[in-house]
Amino acid sequence: MSSPVTTCPVAIRIQEDDFDIAREIAVLTRSRTDIGAVVSFSGICRADDDSSKIAALTLEHYPGMAEEEIKRHVDEAMSRWPLNGITVIHRVGRFMPGQNIVLVLTASQHRRAAFEAAEFLMDYLKTSAPFWKKEESATGTGWVEAQARDDEAAARWTKS
Amino acid sequence: MKVKYFAWVRERVGKAEETIEPPASVRTVEELIAWLSAQGEAYAYAFEKPKVIRTAIDHAHVKADAAIAGAREIAFFPPMTGG
Repeated sequence: MSSPVTTCPVAIRIQEDDFDIAREIAVLTRSRTDIGAVVSFSGICRADDDSSKIAALTLEHYPGMAEEEIKRHVDEAMSRWPLNGITVIHRVGRFMPGQNIVLVLTASQHRRAAFEAAEFLMDYLKTSAPFWKKEESATGTGWVEAQARDDEAAARWTKS
Repeated sequence: MKVKYFAWVRERVGKAEETIEPPASVRTVEELIAWLSAQGEAYAYAFEKPKVIRTAIDHAHVKADAAIAGAREIAFFPPMTGG
């Protein structure tokens, strides 16, 4: 008789290559019978930024710190919710509209923890992980400015 | 100490990293930014709005009043826009 697995494997990857969501979920849930919910969030390069058409997007990061910063928030998520697995993949390089940029998978026994942890991780990825976006459009190239609404989204997780 | 620049800070300074030796009187992040700003036009341009610049010491976010003593690597960059 084997007892149910209750570990929380963590995978954090920063890569140029694309990812396959179905494959990543399969890896996360393989041989597990304790996972009742997997939430996946994928961020995709959009073709427009409110006003202008985007031809391409370039993602730059701070190697070393980016992984550490994601790990810090993954640890924080694990201390807040009963999670059974976390995968965070962030791509860097140049992307065309429609291409994948980021993937967050959170697994738990029940859906609520998985939903909340995924949202928590994304809010912090956007405001605290050292990644920067540069847009290319018909009018030229420019660095994307941070949005106050993203800071507000992250601030709601602050413990009072 | 090693200094790294990212995104438009890197483009404005004109290099991704360098080794600097600020005088002992430069004790905080804020003072380091002021000192760097006086090192030439490119630096003055990069740090023209010091409040916008984010700083990390040895891979951890810090505030403007953080002490730089003992830092191995200091990074300057604009607010993050990943995800």
